[in-house]
Amino acid sequence: MPMANAKQIVDYDAMPDERGHFGIYGGRFVSETLMQALDELRDAYREFCRDKDFQAQFDADLAYYVGRPSPLYYAERLSKSLGGAQIFLKREDLNHTGAHKVNNTIGQALLARAMGKNRVIAETGAGQHGVASATVAARFGMECVVYMGAEDIERQAPNVYRMKLLGAEVVPVTSGSRTLKDALNEAMRDWVTNVDDTFYIIGTVAGPHPYPQMVRDFQSVIGREARSQILDMTGRLPDALVACVGGGSNAIGLFHPFLGDESVAMYGVEAAGEGLDTGQHAAPLCAGQPGVLHGNRTYLMEDKGGQIIETHSVSAGLDYPGVGPEHSWLKDIGRVTYTSITDDEALRAFHQLTRIEGIIPALESSHAVAFAVKKAATMSPEQSLIINLSGRGDKDINTIARIEGIQL
Amino acid sequence: MSRLRTCFGHLHSEGRKALIPYIMTGDPHPDVTVPLMHAMVKAGADIIELGAPFSDPMADGPVIQAAAERALTFNITLDDVFQAVSEFRKLDDSTPIVMMGYLNLIEVAGYINFARRAAEAGIDGVITVDMPPEEADEYVAALRANRIDPVFLIAPTSTEQRIVKIGSVASGFVYYVSLKGVTGASHIDADSVREKIETIRKKIDLPIGVGFGISDAQSAARISACSDAVVVGSAIVKRMAAHQKHNPEQTQRVINDVSELLHSMRVAMDAKPAEEMTKTA
Repeated sequence: MPMANAKQIVDYDAMPDERGHFGIYGGRFVSETLMQALDELRDAYREFCRDKDFQAQFDADLAYYVGRPSPLYYAERLSKSLGGAQIFLKREDLNHTGAHKVNNTIGQALLARAMGKNRVIAETGAGQHGVASATVAARFGMECVVYMGAEDIERQAPNVYRMKLLGAEVVPVTSGSRTLKDALNEAMRDWVTNVDDTFYIIGTVAGPHPYPQMVRDFQSVIGREARSQILDMTGRLPDALVACVGGGSNAIGLFHPFLGDESVAMYGVEAAGEGLDTGQHAAPLCAGQPGVLHGNRTYLMEDKGGQIIETHSVSAGLDYPGVGPEHSWLKDIGRVTYTSITDDEALRAFHQLTRIEGIIPALESSHAVAFAVKKAATMSPEQSLIINLSGRGDKDINTIARIEGIQL
Repeated sequence: MSRLRTCFGHLHSEGRKALIPYIMTGDPHPDVTVPLMHAMVKAGADIIELGAPFSDPMADGPVIQAAAERALTFNITLDDVFQAVSEFRKLDDSTPIVMMGYLNLIEVAGYINFARRAAEAGIDGVITVDMPPEEADEYVAALRANRIDPVFLIAPTSTEQRIVKIGSVASGFVYYVSLKGVTGASHIDADSVREKIETIRKKIDLPIGVGFGISDAQSAARISACSDAVVVGSAIVKRMAAHQKHNPEQTQRVINDVSELLHSMRVAMDAKPAEEMTKTA
C-alpha cells in the first residue's frame, strides 16, 4: 500500500531529542559558562517530571492559584455573524494575571525553589511574562529582576507599575532596538554573571535546551483542557486551531496535545506589522530564514550577513525576531500552517471581539482572532474552530487610544 | 605548521607568554583597523584577536557591545573582516589572527564557505562564543579541513568532564574565561585562575590563554605568570571609544594610545619572575 506508507508517522511526544533538537532546530548555543547550568536545569526538570509530589503541587497551583481549568467559551454571536464555523475561545485571559504566561512561571518557580535558587530573572516584551514572573516570585518570596526594553516600558506602563507593586525590580534595556530581543540579551548577561544563585525564567518556547521543551510542557495544559472540553461540548475534535505566534508559547501550548490528531488543522499567526512587503513586521516563519540566536537554531529575521534586524508590531508581545524551534520544525514538516496578520487587521479584530462578545482581547491574541474570523467564514457551520485567547486587552487600552487619537 | 603553533612554540622556547589584544573590526572607523593591527604587533602583541560585529552580542559587556554598534554603523560584515586580514597579510605573514564572533554570521555564510574564505584571507583560528563542543561537529570539520584552529572557551563553571570534551575538539589554544560574567568586568582573582589552570593542564595539552578582566600591566603580568597567554579586550576597546572623530590625527592618537597600553603590558610580562615569584610564594 504505497499511499499508506507515503505518510511518515511522526511521534510528536518524542521531540526534542536528547540534546534538545527538533529536526535541525533547537539545540544549545550559549557561552560555555552557561552549559553546566543548563545541564543542571535539564536534570532537575527530568526529576520534576518523575516526581509525583512535584506534579501534584504544580496541578494544585494551576487549579487554586491560576484558576484552571480556563473555560472554553462558545462565541455564539461572533460565529453567527460570520455564518461559518462555530468559534470557541480558550479563555487564557481569565487566568490569574490575565494571560497564559503564568502557567509557565508557576512551573519554573517551583523548579527554581527545588533547585535552591532564590533569585529569579526574566525578560519581558508586553510585560505579561514579567508580571507573571513577579507574581510567582512574590508568592514564593524570591528576589525578582525583570529586564524590559526601554521602548516597551513606554508602551506598557501599567504592566511596569504592576511588576513594581509586586516587588520586582524592572531594569530598562537601552541597547540595540530597546525591545524584547535586547531584554533577552541583557537577561542572559545577568544569568552568566549570577549563574550560581539565579534561575532564569524564560517566558517562551525559545532559548537553549531544555527551555523550549520545558515551557511547552508547562503550557500544554491549555491544549489538554481544550481537547477534552471541545469533546464534551461538541462530541468531536475541532477542525481548526488558531493561535498567535511571537515566541510561540501559547500556540505550542494549544497545538501540542492535538498534533497527533491528523484531522485538526493548525494555524500559527505571526505579526505582519505594516505588511510583510514593507519589511516592518515580526514574522520570521513567514518571511525569515533559519539562523542561531538566543541559544537555539530557528527561523529569524536577519539580513544577508546574519545581523538580526529590527522588528515591528503594534503588539509588544509579538515584537520579536525569532520563534520557538519546535514551530520552525512544525513549519518545515508542514504540520502547522503559519500565516500573518497586519497591525490594522489586528486592531479591527480587537474591536470586533470586544463589541460582539464583550471580551477585550490582548493585541497579541487579536492577531489570532483576526485570522480566525477570516478562516471561519470559509468553513461550514458544522465545523468548529478554537482560538487561543491568550491574554486580556486591558494592558493595551492606552496603546489603542493613542493610535486612534483618543485622550484618556 | 599552523601560525598559532609556531607562535606558541617560539614563545615557549624563549620562556615568554603571548600577549593577545582584541579589537573589533571597523571600530572606531574601518580605516583604523589594519594600521592598528600592525601597530599592536610592533607594541608587543603576539597574536591578534579580531572581532566580527554582531547585532546581539549576548556574552559581551557594555564596552564591546558599544564597539559592535559603532562597527555596525559602517555595516561591517564578514567580508570586511576577511578583507582587513588579507590587507594585513600583505605586510605580516607570521602574526596569527584569531577571529572572534557569534555563530549566526557563520551559519548564514555556511560553515564550509566561511572556513574556505577565512583561510584564504589568512585567518588562523576562530572563536565562536555561542558554539559549544556539543553542537560543533560540522563546524570543527569545516575549519579543520581548511587548516583553521577551532579555539574554544573554558569557563569557571566547566566541569572536568566538560574540560575533557573541549580538549577533544579544540586546537591552537584554549581560552579560559577568568570569571562568571560578560566581557569587561573589572576584577580578576589570580589565585582562583591559577587553580583552574592547573586543572585544565591535567586534561588538555594545548596552550592556555586567559581573558576577561585583564586591564593593565599588573594584571597582565600576574595572569601570564600562570598561563600561556593573556587576552586584553575591553581595556583596549575603551580607548577606541574616546576617539570617535575620524581624521588622520585621531587615527594616530588611537594607535598611540593602544600601543602604549600594550607596551606596558609587554614590559611587565617579560620582566617577571623575581618580583612575581616572591609575591606568590
